Amino acid sequence: MSIPSIDISSPVRAQRSGLRVNGLWVLLGLLAIMALLPLVASPYAIILMLPFMGYGIALLGFNLLFGTTGLLSFGHALFLGTGAYTAAALTFKFGVLSFELLLITAALISGLISLAVGALCVRYTRIFFGMLTLAFGMLFHSFLYKFYNITGGDQGMRVLRPLLLGMEWRGGKTAFLTGPFYYYALALFALLSLAMWRITASPFGLHLRAIRENAGKAAYVGVQIFRMRLAAFVISAVYGGIGGVILAVTTGLADPELAYWTHSGNLVFMAVLGGSGTFAGPAIGALAFVLLQDFVMSITQYWRFVMGAVLVLLVVFMPQGLSGAAEFLVNRRKGGR
Amino acid sequence: MQPDRIASPVGTPLFETISVSKAYGAYMALSNVSFSVSDGEFVSIVGPNGAGKTTLVNVVTGLLRPTVGEVRFLGRDIAGVGPVELARRGMSRAFQLVNIFPALTVRETLAVAVASRLRRISNPFRSLKRDDALQADVERVADVLGLRARLDSISSTLSQGEKKLVDIASAFALNPTVILLDEPTSGVSTGDKHSIMEVLVVAARAAGVRAIVQVEHDMDLVERYSHRIVALQEGSLLADMPPDAFFADPAMISAVVGARPQTRRRAP
Repeated sequence: MSIPSIDISSPVRAQRSGLRVNGLWVLLGLLAIMALLPLVASPYAIILMLPFMGYGIALLGFNLLFGTTGLLSFGHALFLGTGAYTAAALTFKFGVLSFELLLITAALISGLISLAVGALCVRYTRIFFGMLTLAFGMLFHSFLYKFYNITGGDQGMRVLRPLLLGMEWRGGKTAFLTGPFYYYALALFALLSLAMWRITASPFGLHLRAIRENAGKAAYVGVQIFRMRLAAFVISAVYGGIGGVILAVTTGLADPELAYWTHSGNLVFMAVLGGSGTFAGPAIGALAFVLLQDFVMSITQYWRFVMGAVLVLLVVFMPQGLSGAAEFLVNRRKGGR
Repeated sequence: MQPDRIASPVGTPLFETISVSKAYGAYMALSNVSFSVSDGEFVSIVGPNGAGKTTLVNVVTGLLRPTVGEVRFLGRDIAGVGPVELARRGMSRAFQLVNIFPALTVRETLAVAVASRLRRISNPFRSLKRDDALQADVERVADVLGLRARLDSISSTLSQGEKKLVDIASAFALNPTVILLDEPTSGVSTGDKHSIMEVLVVAARAAGVRAIVQVEHDMDLVERYSHRIVALQEGSLLADMPPDAFFADPAMISAVVGARPQTRRRAP
């Protein structure tokens, strides 16, 4: 059967051409370099990489919600807080020291909380979704802050050194953090990157992208909008909880500031800094943020001012973030246009 | 001359509305509309602006619940079932305004629909690229609608006519029993309109679609492709007849097209 041909010319024949960097390889390459870091870097620099890994994992999840599904959460620190306080409660109050158990419990509790919070939030989009998530984040922060008996209030809760793979590691805190814990977190980061890569490259991930692009149409081609948004919310929360455990073990403290709304803002900052349009972008943003914050804090006490200025410049001059800018530069060099 | 049917008729209606009324407050957008669509039919819904055409399509596609009356599709009541369930039951819809996923490629756009139909969503770790059955089906739909060469183009870069086709193609990708098209050719140049309709009818036959219902303003297209015309006026059914009878009645045409004189070109 012949199909009548349609000759409708369009001005741009944009195929997906030029540089399509595989984001997973970029991220795994970065992690491979980090695996060599303890051979050359100072303990200070190595310990600085731990918050990067915590945030990096949280941002992989955050970006499933933001970059992939198109929902911008301003309350994601809630799940960092959940992970951190789970680690604190288990190690300090219940004497559970297995790091694996901490991770699994934090993932489960974050997942459960996000299921309840998300069931309400994902019924809304755009600013309404953002405000609702912000509100839940603030509620959780007040809970941590005011319920002194349970949470330690503004003092926070201690997080004891966990057992990795059931083993107790000798040596001081620095030796633990720069040695076994560093490599454990790195391996976990790599594993969770792989898992997230599979999720974004699956039909499931495609449905999330369809929702981001045009939810109204997506429903008519069989996309279950509510269920999919909720699934993305829960997965992102699980990643947030795991990131929170790493942050809390690194500092040895679960602090209410972890769940404060400015901390949620930092996550948004990191995603924008790295570029939410790419797979590795947000994690790269986390690295850049941690390094930048450390650098600026070491030279001025007005570091918040500097960070704010950076955010302004970023939005104006590099709306696609660092990864977008890098892709643009490489393409220009390659393609000559 | 009647155009060929898109599938051989069996006689039982695929879907029907039974005395459907829809009120918005005191305003009756539809009152007591009954019509049915049978196997193999291409039905056009016509009427002046505000006649209730889009409301009727929204009721028929389960987006709006009728105030009174019943909408049955394949023998089951579908009033207010919502778009996802409707797609599952075999009715798909393309829209009046160009409705695409701007940043997705044509391949990805079709894969969204095919993935829902083949139920590939429950496992979030399943590979999309290596799903041969899914990819083959995407390519089959693209072939049917002549979009093979555009598979890897990003939807937002396509021409207006191609965007329309992609929208229609994603409706086809659900392997629907019935396709509802809300002005499939609006915003497209006259030459392209005919090409799109030709592709549509051929594609419907190839894909096993059993009926097409369209809302259309262009009387030329209505006359050329429909088997039956359902005309609405101020929310009520004005006529339900074959195009020959419809176009032979000047009163009918002026009621639908409005007062302005219109010279119709006969189809070649």
